[in-house]
Amino acid sequence: MEKSLIQRLLLSDTGSKVLTVVVVFFAFVVPALNLLTPVDSVLHISTYTVTLLGKYLCYALLALSVDLVWGYLGILSLGHGAFFALGGYAMGMYLMRQIGDRGVYGNPLLPDFMVFLNWDSLPWYWFGFDHFSMALLMMLVAPGLLAFVFGWLAFRSRVTGVYLSIMTQAMTYALMLTFFQNDFGFGGNNGLTDFKEILGFNLQDNTTRCALFFASAMALLAGYALCKYIAQSRLGSLVMAIRDSESRVRFMGYRDEHIKLFIFVVSALLAGVAGALYVPQVGIINPSEFAPLRSIELVIWVAIGGRGTLYGAVLGAFVVNYAKSFFTAWAPEAWLFILGSMFVFVTVFMPKGLVGLYNQISTRNTKNKSIKQSQANIEKS
Amino acid sequence: MERPFIITIKMLSKFTLILLLSSLLTGFSLAEEINNDAEMSFSELVASLTTKKFDQKAIIIKKIRQTEHQRSLTILSKLLDGKVYYKKDDKLVVIADIENKKATITNASTGEPLGEIAKKKLKKVGINNKLRRTLNLSIAQLSLADTDATVRKSAAVEMFKNMDDETSIILKQRLTVEKNKHVISALQTAISINQLNSPIHEEKIESIKALSDSLYPEVRVALKDLEKKLSSKTQTPKSQELLHAIDASLKKIESSVGIYKQIENIFFGISLGSVLLLIAVGLAITFGVMGVINMAHGEMLMLGAYTTYIIQLLLPNHIEYSILISIPTAFVFTGLVGIGIERGVIRFLYGRPLETLLATFGISLILQQAVRTLISPQNRAVSTPDWMSGSLEINPALSLTYNRLYIIIFALIVLAGLMLLLNKSKFGLQVRAVTQNRSMAKAMGIRTDWVDAFTFGLGSGIAGIAGVALSQLTNVGPNLGQAYIIDSFMVVVFGGVGNLWGTLFGAMTLGIANKYLEPFTGAVLAKIVVLVIIILFIQKRPRGMFALKGRSADN
Repeated sequence: MEKSLIQRLLLSDTGSKVLTVVVVFFAFVVPALNLLTPVDSVLHISTYTVTLLGKYLCYALLALSVDLVWGYLGILSLGHGAFFALGGYAMGMYLMRQIGDRGVYGNPLLPDFMVFLNWDSLPWYWFGFDHFSMALLMMLVAPGLLAFVFGWLAFRSRVTGVYLSIMTQAMTYALMLTFFQNDFGFGGNNGLTDFKEILGFNLQDNTTRCALFFASAMALLAGYALCKYIAQSRLGSLVMAIRDSESRVRFMGYRDEHIKLFIFVVSALLAGVAGALYVPQVGIINPSEFAPLRSIELVIWVAIGGRGTLYGAVLGAFVVNYAKSFFTAWAPEAWLFILGSMFVFVTVFMPKGLVGLYNQISTRNTKNKSIKQSQANIEKS
Repeated sequence: MERPFIITIKMLSKFTLILLLSSLLTGFSLAEEINNDAEMSFSELVASLTTKKFDQKAIIIKKIRQTEHQRSLTILSKLLDGKVYYKKDDKLVVIADIENKKATITNASTGEPLGEIAKKKLKKVGINNKLRRTLNLSIAQLSLADTDATVRKSAAVEMFKNMDDETSIILKQRLTVEKNKHVISALQTAISINQLNSPIHEEKIESIKALSDSLYPEVRVALKDLEKKLSSKTQTPKSQELLHAIDASLKKIESSVGIYKQIENIFFGISLGSVLLLIAVGLAITFGVMGVINMAHGEMLMLGAYTTYIIQLLLPNHIEYSILISIPTAFVFTGLVGIGIERGVIRFLYGRPLETLLATFGISLILQQAVRTLISPQNRAVSTPDWMSGSLEINPALSLTYNRLYIIIFALIVLAGLMLLLNKSKFGLQVRAVTQNRSMAKAMGIRTDWVDAFTFGLGSGIAGIAGVALSQLTNVGPNLGQAYIIDSFMVVVFGGVGNLWGTLFGAMTLGIANKYLEPFTGAVLAKIVVLVIIILFIQKRPRGMFALKGRSADN
């Protein structure tokens, strides 16, 4: 019997099934519990929690994008935070324009930070951001273009391995320095913040928050389906072949750099969408999102979850970020120790992450079972 | 003087008139007394500073200068600082340091300490602007006879601003006895500046031409002033000739100042390059041998800098030597930490360079937080020993700071030492063998795991001494390593890991490029431009300038 596309993409294996069910369940239940139950009810989920979970969903989408290039293509990108931040800035610029004359200076034409810098007109690259469609376009174009140019330059000249990782890190570092510049026109140090509304809906409203949460969950599922589609296609087999032995793929006559470039750009687009969904929920975007530390942190989400499985990346993003929220509140001093130890522990002892650990345990159990069974069979006979 | 005097007579009563006249007379008589008695002793001169008449004080100051007494300079400079007082009761002139209504006083003429006294009991020896000028001149003249050449030179430079014919004569006299060539050039410059105002046309031209070799900023000011004065007047053939001469001189000065500015830029670039070299050389060695980029390398740098800080805390009285002790200590300490990291973590990750990158990054986070928790999240200042502070003045337009100079020398020594180690020792031979072909080296009986451990230790140890050097340039803080690490990655990527010359080349190019771009673009933009250039550069040479060649290099 021919399986439907959705079945093939979202329900093909246990991990995907669990992920799909959980995400769909939460996508409906969390907003419902927030909006429909009274505030003092036991079942009520606070708006704070909704936002926090929404943030995690965006991180999970970002982790997917990293897993696509690292787990499947074998490129360790230490600059994916840059694509995330660019998507975020595109959305942030639209949200800035929506403030209108409600800023501190009340200038109807210019955002506050430009008034502060004594600029008298909008720079050219801000035009069009009054429209939501421009934000939608730019959250894909900006990260996609960066990934295309960078990837084209890097893959064409066969920059690989650690060299490539270092170059991606340099890329996000250079962008961070650039965005920190006040006269660059993106708010400098403070970034873009103080947003009021999106598409005419107040950003502080519960309904808006819940809608954003729902959108993030759907984006995550769509992103997951896209990655899965790529992984299951013929292209996906080539991608994994490049990961395992790039030169052999090349010798067989494939243009490996084109494949790498395509995957790299797709991954950057996913990261950009994640960033664009992230910004309206947290209410700020600033250059620290470009910091090399942020980008390396993403990699550890994927490593902890288990790379090359997609659902592992999502799991890792949730686990690490929940741990981060917990520890930074409980023992802020300890967080960097824990994060650092996680890097070391996971790479040394758990190269396949939590997913790998689960698989190991379950195979051992089945092995034990089968051994017991065969022993029982021997006794019977 | 006469008219006001008459008015005063009309206005004043008889009694006050007599008082006024008598006081004037005594004033005159005192002045006469000073003038006549050329043989007045030094202490008597000092004692007469209690007078309230400024013109008398001027005469006294000149006389004090002429005695060339060993305390003349002290008294005159203290007078300029407003620290000369006299006691109200016995009119003894003293030098006083006042603090909270109390004054610590010393006898002005003998220098004998006299203990503490209430501020109320003292009266200041006042000076006015005209006196200040006289004082400055007298001090400068005294300093011109100083035994120290640098004092003589700065005295001569001090005179550039207020030259007149009288001082010019004094300077010409000094010129006949002066031996030091720097002082001679300063004296000649001063005389030429004075000559600019000479009434004789030929002398003016001559002095303008003479000044074209001088790089002092005051010379440029003087020439520009003269130019302005001349061009505001009606033009005569002579003044035209002068203007041309000034223009030529200024152009010549500007061009040589420009050249020195470039040299200074290159110097700054080389000093930045030396720091990068010290950091990147360890990185390049470990990367070359093990294919591992050590993300905790920056933290080794930080640990080295903190070693300096702690040694200074332990030896507060021996700041001069602390840095010499710090270098080996930091090397050993960070080297051991490095070996510990290699044995504890990296050895489990062979063949997985990307994972090693992540694991070492984790270690860097732990080390940073450890320093924050154990020492302080705040930056700490490390003091610089005297022999490293100050600067070497080559000419008025170019001076090189000693700390940067020493760091350049130090980096080159470290590089030379490393080259010796790698090219001449047995360990070096093994390191090179493992770099070129690990499995072949192993097959030949080299214990590659030991080579790895010691190479990692060596790389970390060098980062440690780079940290010691860096502590002399900036403050020491937990984020110290982060600030330099990406730049030093770039050095490795740019220079390649084939040999140390690549690292040297990469470090110097990056350092100089950064400092060269800075004036045009600002520091941050310069960094961005350099990063972009490197991203483009690696198109042409994906393995850096000095890449390993051969079949094994592509794995």
